[in-house]
Amino acid sequence: MAVTWNDVSEGMSIPELKKNCSTQQLVLWAAGSGDFYQIHYDKDFAVGTGLSGIIVHGALKNAFLGQLVHDWIGNSGKLKKYGCSYRGMDFPNEDIICKGVVTKKYEEGGEKLVDLEVWTENPQGKKTTPGYATVSLKS
Amino acid sequence: MAEELPPLVTEEMKAQVGKESAPSTSELDNTGIRMFARSVGHTDPIYYDDAAAKAAGYRGIVAPPGYLGTPVFNPNAGSRRGPGGMFGGPEPTRPLRRVLNGGTEIEYLDDICSGDVLTSTSHIASYEETKGSLGEMLITVNKTVYKNQLGKTVAISTGTSIRY
Repeated sequence: MAVTWNDVSEGMSIPELKKNCSTQQLVLWAAGSGDFYQIHYDKDFAVGTGLSGIIVHGALKNAFLGQLVHDWIGNSGKLKKYGCSYRGMDFPNEDIICKGVVTKKYEEGGEKLVDLEVWTENPQGKKTTPGYATVSLKS
Repeated sequence: MAEELPPLVTEEMKAQVGKESAPSTSELDNTGIRMFARSVGHTDPIYYDDAAAKAAGYRGIVAPPGYLGTPVFNPNAGSRRGPGGMFGGPEPTRPLRRVLNGGTEIEYLDDICSGDVLTSTSHIASYEETKGSLGEMLITVNKTVYKNQLGKTVAISTGTSIRY
């Protein structure tokens, strides 16, 4: 069952979404998003730019946060706005844990809204992609 | 004493702020949406199956969060570098050769589904100069407004690029 506005309370956590990108997934994302920058699939190229290896696309982590929120609200809610900052690199074959916490529950313009803090976390517990989202829900 | 350098942002750059780019077109079809959804790992059938999307109240297969269509590729056109392009437009007073994607925001104003054709225009919303761990940085905020085939604004995306 999708979450309803009445179920939500400020401070509550939403279910986590665990990701772990294979290099194959990064190639899929390159095709799906149209971002063909080689640092995301060509190790020699990535190392040549000074990186330690292939890195996960920032926009893919942004899309993961979108999935995190979508999977929580289902199709009875709408994603109104979301965004994130790219603060740290993530690497293939390492866990990327997507998490979220409700920061505000309110009504505005006849809509029942919820603000969330969302982020991705690396295996060391660092928030590599801090972000936020606003959703509208049914009561 | 630290030497006082002149600002990075020139008058010519300031004149670009708010100036609309030429429009770009991006398309959404079933194949493109499925590819995007699969690459993220989405499991909701509204991103893959027309009947499931319609049963959930949408016009067709739904664009997953972050997907604003596939830009129409033109092999004979240069890459898109209007005012607001990461390396387009006038250059700052000192060269900044490297760039980082600082962040993304999308505000959704209506559903975006398969079959939609989006027309977007971009502009530079602001320049900001700062000093950080990477040294001198120029933060450029770009806004892009997406309208669908009915002329309705469906999304506004904000991108932050950091040059250093």
